[in-house]
Amino acid sequence: MALYGLADCNNFFVSCERVFRPDLNGKPVVVLSNNDGCVIARSNESKALGVKMGDPFFKLERFFDENGVTVFSGNYVLYGDISRRVMGLLSKYTPQLDIYSIDEAFLDFSGMGSSDKVVAHARAMVREVRQSVGIPISVGIAPTRTLAKVASRFAKKYEGYHGVCIIDTDEKRKKALQLLPVGDVFGIGRRFQKTLELYNVKTAYDFVSLSEDWVKGTFKVPGWRTYRELKGDDCIELGDLPAKQSICNSRSFAGSGETDRTKLEEAIADFTAQAVRKLRQQHSACGQLTVFAYTSRFRPDLPSDMIHCNVAFANPTADLAELTAAALRGLRSCYRDGLFAYKKAGVLLWNIVPESHVVADVFSTEGSEKRKSLMQAIDNINRKNGRNTVHMAVAPQQKGYVIKSEHRSPQYTTDIRQIIRLKVR
Amino acid sequence: MKFEVTLHTIDSDNSSSVNIPLADGGIKAGFPSPAQDEALDVIDLNRELVRHPEATFYARVDGNSLQNAGICDGDLVVIDKSLQARDGDFVAAFIDGEFTLKQFKLDDDGRGAWLMPANDQYAPIRVTSDNQFVVWGVLTYTIKKLCKR
Repeated sequence: MALYGLADCNNFFVSCERVFRPDLNGKPVVVLSNNDGCVIARSNESKALGVKMGDPFFKLERFFDENGVTVFSGNYVLYGDISRRVMGLLSKYTPQLDIYSIDEAFLDFSGMGSSDKVVAHARAMVREVRQSVGIPISVGIAPTRTLAKVASRFAKKYEGYHGVCIIDTDEKRKKALQLLPVGDVFGIGRRFQKTLELYNVKTAYDFVSLSEDWVKGTFKVPGWRTYRELKGDDCIELGDLPAKQSICNSRSFAGSGETDRTKLEEAIADFTAQAVRKLRQQHSACGQLTVFAYTSRFRPDLPSDMIHCNVAFANPTADLAELTAAALRGLRSCYRDGLFAYKKAGVLLWNIVPESHVVADVFSTEGSEKRKSLMQAIDNINRKNGRNTVHMAVAPQQKGYVIKSEHRSPQYTTDIRQIIRLKVR
Repeated sequence: MKFEVTLHTIDSDNSSSVNIPLADGGIKAGFPSPAQDEALDVIDLNRELVRHPEATFYARVDGNSLQNAGICDGDLVVIDKSLQARDGDFVAAFIDGEFTLKQFKLDDDGRGAWLMPANDQYAPIRVTSDNQFVVWGVLTYTIKKLCKR
């Protein structure tokens, strides 16, 4: 029987800020979206004050002031680097790590022995990530990915679990589902929830008590699969899981893995294309791209390596050419010819914003030559006549295209000019 | 830990390059190095100075209270956050709202701790429950720029 672990970083962006500001532990903190628009991450203390995801900053500025809430502009470069470190540590605890978002990954815990053993193993992992990177994580363990997600919620919510909750018996499964509002199930979402409310389905347990045929008829295959997963039937592939504010496309390679640079590049270009298709379908753009590739931990006889490279875009983009080039640049910066056989690789798009926040499409579509000459022309006009004489219709309206980030913390880990200063006085 | 340094003979002919391939299987815990027979063609200081890549952070020294220990203003230091502080370690600590660097000394009974300076003009700091105090990481190396050009 399969056993999955889901490792989820608690309030990830807030936790990243707290690594370098330990004084903010136990205090309300929020992180703002691009351009300091709205709240995208909250500490538990901010949640307790009633701050909601998506709350606009300008409306709450005074409230934050009065309630001692520390505000950070999104520092995605920092978050990307901390994520790289967390994923690197997680990869030591499983033969198969599946990065799922910037702050979540599935770990294969199958065949690792008794439940007690697996839990002890996961607790050691939680402790190491906490000690070595400073990030608190919660781990849910269960026979399906959907149940692992359920378990991770409990691990996060109740301190008694010490960061790890396992659903390994029918009794525990039933109890967990009874406590879980149906809208909080991975893959149910608000839309299904509305329909379910009409049938007096309130908890996940109410949902799995419905007849299978009815669920299949009403919610089609995705809802039906979620239903089966909640009942303990492992039937959803990684790529079919609902994404949380990021898009990840990854694949395992056959045999002992892929060594060839060209083939690896082709795969990365392919992952990027698929991820960008999804990105465009949801009328979004991304500010950050992560490319990763790692060797198998099943093969201790082969040398192991983990490529994990973050690329930041000055302006969020959905441009296939730009994103593909960035992904390949990332891969090439870390790849060493023929030394390692990569078993798994993928591309993650994150810091996703609505398309309306993006420089108009006409300026960033195919035909980079055209675009270049256009950009050149705009630059020339602006140089002669002053900044912003001509600018993109939907580009950020600030002078000189500067994205507002008045509360951004230093890039402590990626820019040597911004590293920690140790006062030695 | 296996440690091999191969020194190529240096010819009097200046045009030939000098290679010091260094192969060391033990340095990157958690990241076993590539096959040992495939020596890298450069010395990679990352491999030498960074034992735990995920837990390694860099910081800049600002001040002189450790100058008698050879840690001076402007030095770059390597911090390994995975290590537990032991008596005598130099630690990056967060105390009363700022990062500082001191030598960590435990009381003989192990109940209290001191942050020790290495400069007569500074006094040791007694760490008590009144301080908001965290040992953030342990210093593993200092990097000092000697040539001012």
